[in-house]
Amino acid sequence: MTASNPKEYWNSRIGIILAVSGSAVGLGNFLRFPGLASKHGGGAFMLAYFVSFLIIGLSICWAEWAMGRAGGQKGYNSSPGILGAITGRKNLKYLGVLGVLVPVMIYMYYVYIEAWCLGYAVNFMAGNLEFQSGEEASAFFGSFVGITENGAAFGFGIRQVGFFLVAVFILNFFLIYRGLSRGIELFCKYAMPALMILALVVLVRVMTLGTPDPGNPDLNVSNGLGYMWNPTKVFVEERTAEGDWQKLKEIVGERSLSAAQEEASASSDLRVREISLPEQLTNFQLWLDAAGQIFFSLSIGFGVIINYASYLKRKDDVVLSGLAATSANEFCEVGLGGLMTVPAAFTFLGIAGATGSTLGLGFNALPMVFSSMPAGQLFGFLFFFLLFLAAVTSSLSMLQPGIAFLEEAMEIDRHRSVTVLGIITAIGSGFVVYFSKDLKALDTIDFWVGTFLIFVLATVQIIIFGWVIGINRGLKMANQGALFPVPKIYGFIMKYVTPTFLLTIFALWTTQNVFGYNILTGQQEYSSYWKDLFIEPNGVAWFSVFLIVIVAAFIAILATIAKKFKFQDERGKKS
Amino acid sequence: MTLGGWIIMLFSVGCVTTLFCWCIYKVLTTPEEEEKMHGFEIETPDTEHK
Repeated sequence: MTASNPKEYWNSRIGIILAVSGSAVGLGNFLRFPGLASKHGGGAFMLAYFVSFLIIGLSICWAEWAMGRAGGQKGYNSSPGILGAITGRKNLKYLGVLGVLVPVMIYMYYVYIEAWCLGYAVNFMAGNLEFQSGEEASAFFGSFVGITENGAAFGFGIRQVGFFLVAVFILNFFLIYRGLSRGIELFCKYAMPALMILALVVLVRVMTLGTPDPGNPDLNVSNGLGYMWNPTKVFVEERTAEGDWQKLKEIVGERSLSAAQEEASASSDLRVREISLPEQLTNFQLWLDAAGQIFFSLSIGFGVIINYASYLKRKDDVVLSGLAATSANEFCEVGLGGLMTVPAAFTFLGIAGATGSTLGLGFNALPMVFSSMPAGQLFGFLFFFLLFLAAVTSSLSMLQPGIAFLEEAMEIDRHRSVTVLGIITAIGSGFVVYFSKDLKALDTIDFWVGTFLIFVLATVQIIIFGWVIGINRGLKMANQGALFPVPKIYGFIMKYVTPTFLLTIFALWTTQNVFGYNILTGQQEYSSYWKDLFIEPNGVAWFSVFLIVIVAAFIAILATIAKKFKFQDERGKKS
Repeated sequence: MTLGGWIIMLFSVGCVTTLFCWCIYKVLTTPEEEEKMHGFEIETPDTEHK
């Protein structure tokens, strides 16, 4: 914002709540969460999930909302400006650079995935997606996104992603060009309720699937829900040559269980074992996954909430708004996503179809499921269109922090800022889409920015809130204008528990996912991301990291030279 | 699905749905809520502090 720029505000409280929840609700709610819950067992996972929600989710969310609004009152909407202004420490603007870098870099590949969702919706509507086998579904996906060779994604037919990519790119920038309230808020006000209604329609369809294949009665909706929510996991285990027991397969359903027990009683090398809820809770990977899911699902540490909250007015209620936006995301995740995708995949494809990666479930298994069900063409369209809406509301939020930063750093108006950001993200997205072979560029940026740097930014934010601003002042900031205050216990949680929990999770995650140490077995194998850079260098991976560094340097240089970011260092001064 | 599965599912879904409905109810019924007639206001924030 400059003297010539009018300050923008949200038009209504429900508007910002829908915008923030829209930012948070994405593919992870419908694909990643159900996959993790079913992998670990619903009971144990939900316990870890709710603990993480209370310790990490609400804490960082309220901290971001409070800091954002306070920064906005000082005339800043970008993360470097906000952190510099509210702490009085000019060097903290450099940590704020992450709050611009993260959303801008994520946008560069997220818009590609958004185009997949739109493309699948349109292809379902056109009747192009009637798969008879997993190979067909997988082949279509590979061809659609250009996974076989670099440059293959730039096709512009209906069965290729190019046209859809251009369409979603234009849509995003059209909405962002219209401004905060007439673009983002207006779109989210219609898109979020529409998304929930679509999800409910698809949910009703899934819940009424019954037993589609009478010849395989264990594959039914009830067992699909059981696979995800049963507190006890049942496995058939096989004795190895060394005498240890290793998992052979998971069992769901009475008939499968009876058959497995019969098989086990006939062989001394097989056994059926139940893993109880307490035993599942001893698996540290479960805690890591639950905390990670809360983290990524709520859009905390993205630099988005702090930016959105900066457009609030001084007496707007951030405590209730933060809780409302968070609860909307949780409703979509647990209440809708948790009942829909995995049970549907199980009902048609069994356990093998309901497990796997987020993208595998979404773009291989579920298209097959919709191909198999009555009126699947319609429900396939509705499902992928709801994913598309969820993706647009998220991608819009990734652009706004960049827009705000360019307005402040370059002292330009919104329209010029949109143009500059459009050029930067078009180059970045072009890079990601061109290097589509094995989705290497997407995967590399997603790992180092969409996972690693998000951890860093969230940790930075909660430490600044609890220790630099000070927890008492921070809570006072948050409680200003609140219908009800942040519970007092959160003073202790935000200052001590959240940073400790976050740093522990971060350390374990880095140890395991970067350096490849398996903490349980002590074995080490470097992750593919580390190998791509240092063990078996991969050109695309290196170019991707180089792109991240270039964009980070550009933002940091602007933050250094911009007049608006020349803060008076207030350390040592009495306030 | 086992009885335990039903309990966990209904409890989890019930908790988030109740929290969501309560929050939306509070947001919509809190008197301070006001719809502004236009999307942005000409206002320099530093004037509020001077």
